[in-house]
Amino acid sequence: MSRIFTPKVVTANALLEGDVVYLTEDGTWTRRLDEAELIEDEAIAQLRLIEASAQPHRIVGAYLAEARAGRTGPAPGHFREGFRARGPSNRPHGKQAEILDV
Amino acid sequence: MYNPTKSDAAFLRRRAQEFRTQVARRIDGSLTEEEFKPLRLMNGLYLQLHAYMLRVAIPYGTLNADQLRQLAMIAERWDKGYGHMTTRQNIQFNWPRLSDVPDMLDALAEVGMHAVQTSGNTIRNVTADPYAGAAADEVADPRPLAELVRQWSTDHPAFQFLPRKFKFAVTGSPADRAILKAHDVGLQLVRRGGDLGVRVLVGGGLGRTPLLAEELRSFVALDDLLPYLEAVLETYNLSGRRDNKYKARLKITLREEGMEALSTRIEARFAELRGLYPGAAREYARIAQDFARPALNAAPTLAHFTALNDPAYAAWAKTNLVPHSDPDHAIARISLKGPGATPGDITAAQMRRVADLAEAHSGAEIRVGQDQNLILPHVPLGDLPALHAGLAELGLATANAGLASDITACPGMDYCTLATARSIPVAQALADRLRPIERELGALSIKISGCINACGHHHLGHIGILGLDRAGVETYQITLGGDASAQTALGERSGPGFAYDQIVPAIERILRAYLTLRQDASEPFIDTLRRLGPAPFKTALYTETRHAA
Repeated sequence: MSRIFTPKVVTANALLEGDVVYLTEDGTWTRRLDEAELIEDEAIAQLRLIEASAQPHRIVGAYLAEARAGRTGPAPGHFREGFRARGPSNRPHGKQAEILDV
Repeated sequence: MYNPTKSDAAFLRRRAQEFRTQVARRIDGSLTEEEFKPLRLMNGLYLQLHAYMLRVAIPYGTLNADQLRQLAMIAERWDKGYGHMTTRQNIQFNWPRLSDVPDMLDALAEVGMHAVQTSGNTIRNVTADPYAGAAADEVADPRPLAELVRQWSTDHPAFQFLPRKFKFAVTGSPADRAILKAHDVGLQLVRRGGDLGVRVLVGGGLGRTPLLAEELRSFVALDDLLPYLEAVLETYNLSGRRDNKYKARLKITLREEGMEALSTRIEARFAELRGLYPGAAREYARIAQDFARPALNAAPTLAHFTALNDPAYAAWAKTNLVPHSDPDHAIARISLKGPGATPGDITAAQMRRVADLAEAHSGAEIRVGQDQNLILPHVPLGDLPALHAGLAELGLATANAGLASDITACPGMDYCTLATARSIPVAQALADRLRPIERELGALSIKISGCINACGHHHLGHIGILGLDRAGVETYQITLGGDASAQTALGERSGPGFAYDQIVPAIERILRAYLTLRQDASEPFIDTLRRLGPAPFKTALYTETRHAA
């Protein structure tokens, strides 16, 4: 029996800075998870991942990450993705220094 | 301290320039990520959870003041103003931009430092006893031997694509402070008659399959050492499992083949290679001259004994000073585990000031320990109060070396892409909980890893904590009875794990039980555990769980 597809976002790291980035609906990259495209169809998710992987001049290591619909956009579906979205919990100088409401 | 030769300096400049070209080719699209990744890893550059991470080698854990100042400059100019000391005598910068890394490597090369072979399936940074050259019990300073091995292994054409990473540790003392048995190869300087030679251990390692190294040879003459190591590496290179990365280490080859068969193959190859490096003994002698101990100051010691009347100083002296081979000097441990600290982190400002203090009080030498603390190896007793005062101004005079809050922890899921759970906040919360009772608890080693790869050496902690992802929830397993000393031992799993918000009280229950179970205050935790076995500690650990169930 095939597994039920759960919502995903396309995520990667930016080539130059290494920052965590997410693919948006219009095909650009954002550093905010809540601005990412939440993909609820498996075929579309695979297509978007292929599109993302075709941008090696911008990003590294694209993959589909678990996500769920949050109040203002996609929210992390796993604690690892939560840390990637927020930055390290021991020092407030990751993403949380620039984005206060992730 | 080793003085790099013109050839050493030219090699580092060439490597940095080569990597500059590779980075440029990656950015302009000439290299794919698949092609670039092994090249960046050979130069210590990882891509972690939030950013790139550059791992810089601190060979055999020895730095001079100028090198530490240069690390401070790098941290400020190209990172976020701090560095992280690891359990293998490296420093990691957590936030470099890819395009800045070539400049960072140039800056490192200016002071004879590099990130070569701090990653990848190569011979990694050669580590050593952090008290080398100062300890009262050593047969000889292990650093000349470690430097010889470093030179032999760096850019060695046959060993750039080994089945897996390969780790060396070196000590000159029977009181092993380099955790030899947790390495692929452990080298111990020994004397036979009047001759200096090397005892060789092989097949140790932590990670997914923790195993302790076993003796391969009780004595190898210095003249023979490099051909002998070449034979060890060639044998491993040919027979190491390349079909399964989890079985690709020498420790697995040893257990699959047995010591007798492995040793026979190594000895046969050694017989063919003997005499391969005829200049090695001469090079060892040349290197050893560079490690002559700095002139020791015969100044009055009175200030130290007077200062012992100050309770804060006395507490620091009790925990953070180690006897030096010269009775008028001490080895001073600088704790990077103060209240609120991330274990092993040090700011650029602290690096600069520690460099000043090392220059003023310790022959300009600094060491990095496998416990993620710093060490000043040659401090005159009379200088200790001034050193303590200087450290206190930096927030680095915490009197906890070897106590419960001196916790070893890997970066865990706050930084590491391999991690399955966080380590740092667990270490911080545990240190806060145990700090009020740590003097009552006495000597105790707690080590935390955020995944099974065991960079936090959790198997070797008296109490080890391993963070795992269990069905999307951070879960922590406890091991009891590990030991990173010469009585090296691997901890045994206590039983079911604990959730993130339950692990700190769980550890506290073990330690409260210890205070009840110990014969008296002179019996350390590890001795009580060895005397009674884990059963009473497990009872204390799981009682609350059972009551709640």
